[in-house]
Amino acid sequence: MKFTNLLRIAWKAIKRNKMRAFLTMLGIIIGVAAVICMIAIGQGSKQSIQSQITAMGSNMITIRPNSNVMGGARMDNSSVQSLTEDDVTALLKQPEYINAVSPSVSSRGQVINGPYNWSTTMQGVFPEYLSIRNWGLRDGVAFTSQDVKAAAKVCLVGQTIINNLFPNAEDAVGKTIRFKNIPFKIIGILVKKGENTFGQDQDDVILTPVTTLQKRVTATNFYQNIFASAIDENSTEKAAAEVEQIMKASHRIQKGMDNDFSVRTQAELISTFTATSSILTILLAVIAGISLLVGGIGIMNIMYVSVTERTKEIGLRMSLGARGVDILMQFLIEAILISITGGLIGVVFGITATKLVTMFLQWPTLVTQSSVVLSFLVCFVTGVFFGYYPALKASRLDPIEALHYE
Amino acid sequence: MSTDIVAIKNLKRTFKMGDETVKALDDVSFTIQPGEFITIMGSSGSGKTTLLNILGCLDRPTAGEYFLDGINISNLSKTELAGLRNKKLGFIFQSYNLLPRTSAIENVELPLLYNPAVTSKQRREKAMAALEAVNLSDRIHHLPSQLSGGQQQRVAIARALVNDPVMILADEATGNLDTRTSFGIMMLIQELNEVHGKTIVFVTHELDIATFSKRTILLRDGRIIKDEVNDHVRNAKEVLESMPVIAELLTTKP
Repeated sequence: MKFTNLLRIAWKAIKRNKMRAFLTMLGIIIGVAAVICMIAIGQGSKQSIQSQITAMGSNMITIRPNSNVMGGARMDNSSVQSLTEDDVTALLKQPEYINAVSPSVSSRGQVINGPYNWSTTMQGVFPEYLSIRNWGLRDGVAFTSQDVKAAAKVCLVGQTIINNLFPNAEDAVGKTIRFKNIPFKIIGILVKKGENTFGQDQDDVILTPVTTLQKRVTATNFYQNIFASAIDENSTEKAAAEVEQIMKASHRIQKGMDNDFSVRTQAELISTFTATSSILTILLAVIAGISLLVGGIGIMNIMYVSVTERTKEIGLRMSLGARGVDILMQFLIEAILISITGGLIGVVFGITATKLVTMFLQWPTLVTQSSVVLSFLVCFVTGVFFGYYPALKASRLDPIEALHYE
Repeated sequence: MSTDIVAIKNLKRTFKMGDETVKALDDVSFTIQPGEFITIMGSSGSGKTTLLNILGCLDRPTAGEYFLDGINISNLSKTELAGLRNKKLGFIFQSYNLLPRTSAIENVELPLLYNPAVTSKQRREKAMAALEAVNLSDRIHHLPSQLSGGQQQRVAIARALVNDPVMILADEATGNLDTRTSFGIMMLIQELNEVHGKTIVFVTHELDIATFSKRTILLRDGRIIKDEVNDHVRNAKEVLESMPVIAELLTTKP
C-alpha cells in the first residue's frame, strides 16, 4: 500500500464530509489558538518586566551589607555599618570593568515648601548615580563632585516632589525647600520615571550629595548601599566579580569566611522576578492545554461515529482487498489531517487574537516560535493518540459483518 | 487440478450459536474451470451466502480444502487473504456498495488504490477501460446519486473488472433491479463471460436468472443437491429484444 494512496483516500473521505470535518477541527482550532494566545500573554508580561528592570540600568550592580549577628543581636541590613568611604575609594582605584561608583544613604522625612509639605525620602549619592541609573534631568543641572566635597546644600528633585510642593506649576529650579529643617536649594529636576514593576513611585525622591546628607541630616559615616555600573551590559558579570574581589580585599575577608556584603546584578533581579511570570505562563498554558485535550476528545468522538457510520464502506474496502493496516492507516491519517489542518488554522487564529489583545487591551504580548511549534506538535500527537483507537476498531471489523451492516 | 480456478474438496463450515453448532456447509465438493458461468441457487439458509463468502476469501472453511487459482487459502493469514481478494477476485453486490459522493471513475479505481504496483496513470487508464466495457464511458464523472440503479450496478461491475480478476463473484446482483434492467445486467455479464472469457459465479434465488448461466449448483441445508450443466442457455440480449418496451405497451391498443 502506497502512502500517497492512503493520503488520497483519507483526503477524499474528509472532503465528502466537509462540514463535519470543520466542526471537529473547531475544537483543535480553539485549543491551539488558546495555547498560542495565552503563552503570548504570559511571555509578554515577562518581557515587559524584563525591559522595565533593564530600564533601571541593566549594567547596574548593587552592593549591600549583609545582615549579621553581632554579639547575639541580629541587625537588619540598613543598620549594618560595614560599607564605608574606604570601599568606594577601593572600587574607584583603577577598576577594569567598573566605570562609575556611587554610595547611597537615605533618610525619610518631611519636606516643606511654604504652606506645602510632603513625606519623602532623601537619598545621598554621588553625581555618577544618575548615569548608573540611566537617569536624566528635565530642568536645571546636576550637582558636581565639588558639591560632594563641600557638602553643599543642593538637591535634585523627582517629579512627585514637584507635584506636591509646587502645585501651581511655578519654576522650582533655584527655589529652596526644607528637609528636616535644613534648607536645600533645588538645582535640577529629574526626568519622570514612573512606577517600577513593583508599584513603587520612582519619582518620589530627592537626591543630594551623599556628604551633605551624612553630615547635615543623618550624622553617620557609613553607607547603606553602594551602586556601581559595568562598562557595558556584557561585562556585568565580570564587573560583579571584580566588585566582589575588591570588596573582599577592602573588608579583609579571609578564605572560608562569609562575605559581610552582597553583590547583586540586575540580571539576577530579572531572573527573580520573571520566575513569577513564568509560573503565570505555565498556568495559562495548562488551561489552554486542557482545551486542546477537549478538542482531541472531540476528534476521537467524531472518529468513532465515523467508523460506525461507515462500517459498510469499511466492509467494501476490505472485500476489495484493503488489509486491516490499510483501514487503520486510513482512519489514522484522517484524524491526523483533521488535527493538523485545525492546528494550522488555530495558529493563524492564535496570532490574530494575540494581535487583537495588544491592540484593544494594550497588554504586552509576545508570540514565541516555540509556542507555535509546541502547540502544532501537540496537535499531531493529539491526532495520533485520539485517532488510534477508532482506527483500530475499524481495522478489526469483520468484512462479512461490516458488508451486511445496516 | 492446476487448471481449475476453484477446487473445493469436502468443505465444511460450522457456526457456534451458543451451545448449538450449526452446519452452514456440510461436505461440499466441486471445481470451477476457467470461462465458466455458474449460478449458485438455493433458498434462504441453504448456505449459498456462506459458500460465496468462502469463495470470496472473506471467510475460511472449518474443514476441507479450497484452492483458488492453485493457492490453498486455508493456511493464509487475514492480510494475505486481503491481497488475494485484491488481485484475484471481483465482487458485485446486491446493493451496489458504491462510495457516496464519489465519482464513477473514482469508485472504479478503488481496488487499484490498494495495489501498490499500479501507478496513478495506469489506474486511470484501467478504470476508463473498465467503464468502457460496461458502456458507461460517457458518465465517468457522475456521482452515484446521479445514476440510475442499473447504471450504478454497471459501475460496480466495472469496479469488479478493473483489477482483471480470475473470477467475478456476484451476490444477488440483480436483486434490487426491475426485470428489464436485470436482463440488461445479465446481458452484460453474459458478454463478459463469452466475449472477454471471464469466469463468473452468480448467487441468486431467482430461477429466471439462473437460466442465463451455463451451469447451476443447487444447495439445500448446506449440501449440494444438484450440480448440472444447462442445456438451454437463454441469451439475455434476445430475451431483452423480445420484451415489449413500456412505450409500446402504452401505444398498442388491444
